[in-house]
Amino acid sequence: MALTGLEIYKHLPKTNCKDCGFPTCLAFAMKMAAKQVSLDKCPHVTPEAKAALESAARPPIQLVTIGADAQELKIGNETQLYRHEEKFYRPTLLAVRVWDTLEPTALSARLEAIAGLTFERVGTKVGVELVAVDNASGDAARFESLARQAVEVTGRPAVLMSAKADNLQRAARALSGKRPLLYISDPQQALAAAAVAKAENCPLAVRAESLEALAELTSKIAATGLEQIVIDPGARGLKGTLEALTRIRRAALKNFRPLGYPAIAFTTAATPLLQVVEASTYVAKYAAIVVTDLIERWQLLPVLATRQDIFTDPQKPVAVQPKLYTVGEVGAESPVLVTTNFSLTYYSVEGEVEASRVPAYILSVDTEGTSVLTAWASDKFNASTITKALKASGIEERVAHRKLILPGLVAVLSAGVEDESGWLVQIGPKEASGISSYLKNQWKN
Amino acid sequence: MSIPEVKEKWSARVSEVTIGATPAQGGTRARTVTIGGAGGIPFLSFDGALPHPPAIAIDVLDKQPVGWPKPLEEVYGDVWADPVQWARRAKELGADLINLRLTGIHPDEGDWPPSKAVEIVKAVLEAVDLPLIVWGCDFPEKDQRVMPKVAEAAQGERCLLGAVSQTEYRTLTAAAQAYGHTLIAASPCDINIAKQVNILVTDMGFPLSDIVIYPSTAALGYGMEYIYSILERGRLAALSGDKLMAQPVILDVGFEAWRVKEARADEEMADAWGPLAYRGPAWEAVTATDLLQGGADLLIMRHPEAIRAVREAVGQLMQGDGK
Ligand code: B12
Ligand code: SF4
Repeated sequence: MALTGLEIYKHLPKTNCKDCGFPTCLAFAMKMAAKQVSLDKCPHVTPEAKAALESAARPPIQLVTIGADAQELKIGNETQLYRHEEKFYRPTLLAVRVWDTLEPTALSARLEAIAGLTFERVGTKVGVELVAVDNASGDAARFESLARQAVEVTGRPAVLMSAKADNLQRAARALSGKRPLLYISDPQQALAAAAVAKAENCPLAVRAESLEALAELTSKIAATGLEQIVIDPGARGLKGTLEALTRIRRAALKNFRPLGYPAIAFTTAATPLLQVVEASTYVAKYAAIVVTDLIERWQLLPVLATRQDIFTDPQKPVAVQPKLYTVGEVGAESPVLVTTNFSLTYYSVEGEVEASRVPAYILSVDTEGTSVLTAWASDKFNASTITKALKASGIEERVAHRKLILPGLVAVLSAGVEDESGWLVQIGPKEASGISSYLKNQWKN
Repeated sequence: MSIPEVKEKWSARVSEVTIGATPAQGGTRARTVTIGGAGGIPFLSFDGALPHPPAIAIDVLDKQPVGWPKPLEEVYGDVWADPVQWARRAKELGADLINLRLTGIHPDEGDWPPSKAVEIVKAVLEAVDLPLIVWGCDFPEKDQRVMPKVAEAAQGERCLLGAVSQTEYRTLTAAAQAYGHTLIAASPCDINIAKQVNILVTDMGFPLSDIVIYPSTAALGYGMEYIYSILERGRLAALSGDKLMAQPVILDVGFEAWRVKEARADEEMADAWGPLAYRGPAWEAVTATDLLQGGADLLIMRHPEAIRAVREAVGQLMQGDGK
């Protein structure tokens, strides 16, 4: 974890030469502890001291990079057990699995399906970011060819999974420069796989039968100089996996280095819906990567929604800029809908307005990123905030009419808004899902 | 290599609340349901025992619902005009409790008199021997007239009555106390309000040990994380000895989950999101199981597929725990 100034000072040359721009080494150390200056400003620090400081300053969970260039993905560096304390920083990566034992047609179909696994939610694109290539056949040539094909067709970085270090090497070479995550399922081959990972400049995921064995294994691998490690506690099923993921997170946050790596979890339930539940649970509870066999869109959407929810910043709601938005080719007769600037609220409305194909204005009132009822209950969405936003938006120069549509949930505001703004209020539906048919069938200018 | 001890040293547990009363206890229920009692973070056997699995109540309305989506209509459409038949269906589907909502008493929804509500509650109690939860219509003036009558009619059954809030608590608390029921204490998304309601209610002499907290609920993708964090904070406070946060929690999962677009939009979203017949139940199931990780003891649910998935998940998560 973060070092104190004194701890840093111990490793500095203590000559007070001022080359760093500070009067003393101690002053420099204090600034460094406050993260206002970095170690490279001291030209005299020894390589050993540098290594010691870097390793001591390493976050409790190692940052690991998978993929390269535009496809680079990072996991690890988490600092909390509970999201309300700060936030969870790096959303769990989802990997959908393919096996090199599949028939060619089934294989292509599956890869195509994975390629299409992206969705639009709350104004952002979300989806599956990895393809997990399983060397179920044990054959090196088949594995290599599937690895190439999977990355090419899905356009995603790969998790290469095999029990054999040699096979991993072949597939990793085939994807040279693309930095796949290598996953060695046989703990006996983990050290051989670590050598491959080092040579191919790839991160490595290792599995062991118990957390104790896993800690031993990662220590041996780290001693070879490979720090880009991902850990699989070996447990399978909801209960064992949940407990193992929690133990790992707790031990890591106690600065127990051998388990201070991002964790990978696998869904294995027999029924599809239960696998959805499993994947969502691991996303909420500390998995950095979830490998799943799920591939249907209805299965992945709730997992992705769980991820969006759990990884939002609990301190500040996701908000859109409060202003006047337009959807489609608006004109002087287009309807004006009023909503808040909570992202979730705004995009729920925008999506439905778009679907209606009725060009419209959406006035997003500044409610400090809160939903319609939350903002109403805390007095941020009321006759005067709505009127103020309306007048400031310039809408009165853009439309010829004076009619606005309020969310159905705040029908009680209509008299007040009419009085204060001089506009006529029409009450829209309570749920955004009703907006499309409301605009098409009920809204009359 | 030995790894560090990671069990937390908790100093307290969540309290236990028993709902329903058997003939031996002065009621007519075939069995009772006890919730709460957790001594650690949910489902971690190494952290603290979870003596009772989270219970599931199935929603029953006093009259035919409006706007329920097709997957729910397929399950309840043939019985939902009659609360008694609907309650029987809920029992067949494996409910631990019946969750009865008195919607028809609302001034805008029929304005039924107290006598009609009483009649429905009695009929449901007669037809189905599961413990009963009864909610008013959330229109305080009307609930104050109806709920005391309901409480009286169900005397001895130890129902769970909802809901008291920071501003409206006197009438219902007095009624629950007079006729031996337990209480739902509502507190919208706010731990301090939850404590405040508990103080107000116990100041009237109602036992803290008969209260269930309702912190409001949000669906997956629609603010779920706020409730998740409120649950986690509440659970941590309870385990650290805060007696005013130590009550078990009820969540209105079915109502919230089936309100959102992902659980309602049918043909127009089938290509992008997959068929509603699967998507809707999945939305309810995942809302429930995500929130269970935050810490919840009693879930109100609707769709049998979602309920089955939650039961299976809970069964697995409770391995080695329980009675
Ligand atoms: C998450 C949440 C919070 C979060 C805030 C989240 C946020 N960024 O807004 C937190 C925990 C901070 C919170 C706080 C409070 N909350 Co709150 N909160 C909720 C909760 C659980 C979900 C809200 C949500 O995200 N909804 C999703 C969004 C998308 O819904 P929406 O904005 O309404 O938009 C929908 C529709 O209105 C419609 N729509 C939107 N715009 C428009 C426009 C037009 C023209 C049309 C036609 C339709 C339309 O489309 C959307 C999709 O259908 C709800 C309960 C619930 N399940 O709804 C309570 C709830 C809104 N909260 C409530 C309350 C009372 C509060 C507090 C005031 C409590 C307190 N502490 O005193 C505080 C306020 C604190 C403050 N100072 O801000 C109450 C409001 C009661 C009421 N009826 O007035 C609710 C309903 C809970 C309850 N059952 O009592 N809350
Ligand atoms: S440059 Fe290095 S050695 Fe010189 S004063 Fe600064 S910290 Fe000390």
